[in-house]
Amino acid sequence: MTTEVRRDNPAPAPMSRRQKRKAAFRSKYNRREAIAGYLFIAPWIVGFLVFTLGAMVYSLVISFSNYNLATNTATPVGFSNYEQLFEDPKVGLSLTNTLVYALMAVPLECAFALFLAMLLARVGRGAGFFRTVYYLPKMTPTVATASVFLLILNGNSGAINKGLEVIGIQGPQWLVDPAWVKPSIVLMTLWTVSGTMVIFLAALKNVPRDLYEVAALDGAGPVRQFFSITIPMISSALFFNVIVLTIAALQVFDQAYLLFWRDQSNASPESSLFYAVYLFQQAFRQFNFGFAAAMAWLLFMIIMVITFIQMKFGNRFVYYEGGDH
Amino acid sequence: MSVTESSPEAIRLKGQVIGEQSVTGPPQREQLPSRKPDRWYKPKSILGKIVLWIALIFFAILFMYPFVWLLSASLKPRGQVFDNALWPQTIIPENYVEVWNQLPLLNWMFNSIAIALLAAFAVALSSSVVAFGFAYFKFPARNLLFGLVLATMMLPGAVTMLPQYLIWKELGFIGTWVPLWGANLFGSAFYIFLQRQFFLGLPRELFEAARIDGASYWGLFRRIAMPLSIPSFIIVFVFEFQASWNNLQASLIYLNAGTVEGFTAPLGIAYAMTKYSPTAGGQGDYQYVMVASLIITLPMLLIFAFGQRYFIEGVATQGRKG
Repeated sequence: MTTEVRRDNPAPAPMSRRQKRKAAFRSKYNRREAIAGYLFIAPWIVGFLVFTLGAMVYSLVISFSNYNLATNTATPVGFSNYEQLFEDPKVGLSLTNTLVYALMAVPLECAFALFLAMLLARVGRGAGFFRTVYYLPKMTPTVATASVFLLILNGNSGAINKGLEVIGIQGPQWLVDPAWVKPSIVLMTLWTVSGTMVIFLAALKNVPRDLYEVAALDGAGPVRQFFSITIPMISSALFFNVIVLTIAALQVFDQAYLLFWRDQSNASPESSLFYAVYLFQQAFRQFNFGFAAAMAWLLFMIIMVITFIQMKFGNRFVYYEGGDH
Repeated sequence: MSVTESSPEAIRLKGQVIGEQSVTGPPQREQLPSRKPDRWYKPKSILGKIVLWIALIFFAILFMYPFVWLLSASLKPRGQVFDNALWPQTIIPENYVEVWNQLPLLNWMFNSIAIALLAAFAVALSSSVVAFGFAYFKFPARNLLFGLVLATMMLPGAVTMLPQYLIWKELGFIGTWVPLWGANLFGSAFYIFLQRQFFLGLPRELFEAARIDGASYWGLFRRIAMPLSIPSFIIVFVFEFQASWNNLQASLIYLNAGTVEGFTAPLGIAYAMTKYSPTAGGQGDYQYVMVASLIITLPMLLIFAFGQRYFIEGVATQGRKG
């Protein structure tokens, strides 16, 4: 670390730039150690070059071409795939569906997870038991969850509507009525919200107790304490969860595919056509690879922009303990 | 070297005592004073306690209900699957026998277990090697490269899904297991991050001493770092095992065109959901889908029963990196 200034020192003998660089390297690193370091991280570098960077470049090339799967040839077509994004009404439709879903799911997931975490934070003994029970849905494979929800969300005889009937509510046709399709998936997602809950729980446990004591002495009630202490103190966990859940919501696939698009002959409501599902159909059912690649890049841009806005906006509110995060 | 032999236990012990902080490195500065205050949240009044416990039990029932429903439906005859009775009117344990004739469940389970083991071992090992490279060695552009590792975590899978398919196709691996785990040989960003944190928490003197004793760099990893990092290795392993077990999309892309026997568990259940669906010409024998769903959930519950701590720690770590 002390050697960083050495470069500015007057050299005893004039050195070529190459020699200088060599000297700087030698003062900072051990050659053998550096080589060993590169060898250790080599697997990741290869994987990055092939499966990330290479794949992204490849995908960009494909998005500007017409890919023929049979011959493995990509004929350049300029921007026509991107123009088609605006001409195909299903792109706009699936994008709107996805954004609406994200707007519904992310706040509900955060609120519900935080609520559960606050419940768990208040139990002494027995917290472990309830945490396990709340976490079990997260361990259930999505296909199993979907096959159960497919039946309990059934509009006529499903358990949820039968339950609502008991308290005098006529339940909706969850999986058929276009207006209730997205809430169905939100419901499924809420059932598996415990990962988010665990992150909140860890953050809640780090909030110093004296803050609440002082606030209580100052006459702050529970609501005031929640907004003035809890929320600011866990803001970095909240921020993280919002970003991660948003990225996940914008790519929602499994649940929508299983409940609505698994069966190709089935006519499902168009409000259940999510972006990732349409992308999948275009790529692996229609084999329009060029168009699908353009769709993927549009999604990537949208996710980038949304994440960027969230970070710009969120950083103002996030409290980082001691500044190290 | 005798230090090395006894250390895994020591670390694991530490893991149990300190809990979630230990796996991701040294205990944090603010940790000591904040261990005690957990009970501050406890409600003081009797009424508060009652409300709290009612809420806890209410949500426990809500979360468990689908499991109980699933178990009950799996024992019902076809006509009663939808009756929502938690105790079946007619119990048909034969469903559990018949399902093996109806669906190649054994093949699906075998495929999924094999792929998940390969995926989890591959990624835990490779990420561990890469993480050690980032944690122990000094080399030019190290921080830049590690920043790149973290950046790839934000990359949505949809962008690389297509070209990766074409890469595997070019290599002739479509329809095989390779695309479902092969990329794991090159490490994965979050796991590299997690294991690097763990290595950074190990005392450097341990490695310096071994160097003086003549250990090679690989020896440092193989003999010291790896045995000591068993807890973080397990976290990565169970996480990836679950992720692989749950991976429907990759199975759809790479295995859907093949034989039904070659499906993985999630692809198999998706197939069964359609097979018995009346809209697709099935008879509505959903009880078999329920049995199959239950059976493919069991390995996850089993893994959770043994490794719960590792799951919770891993998830909590995700939040802490933000």
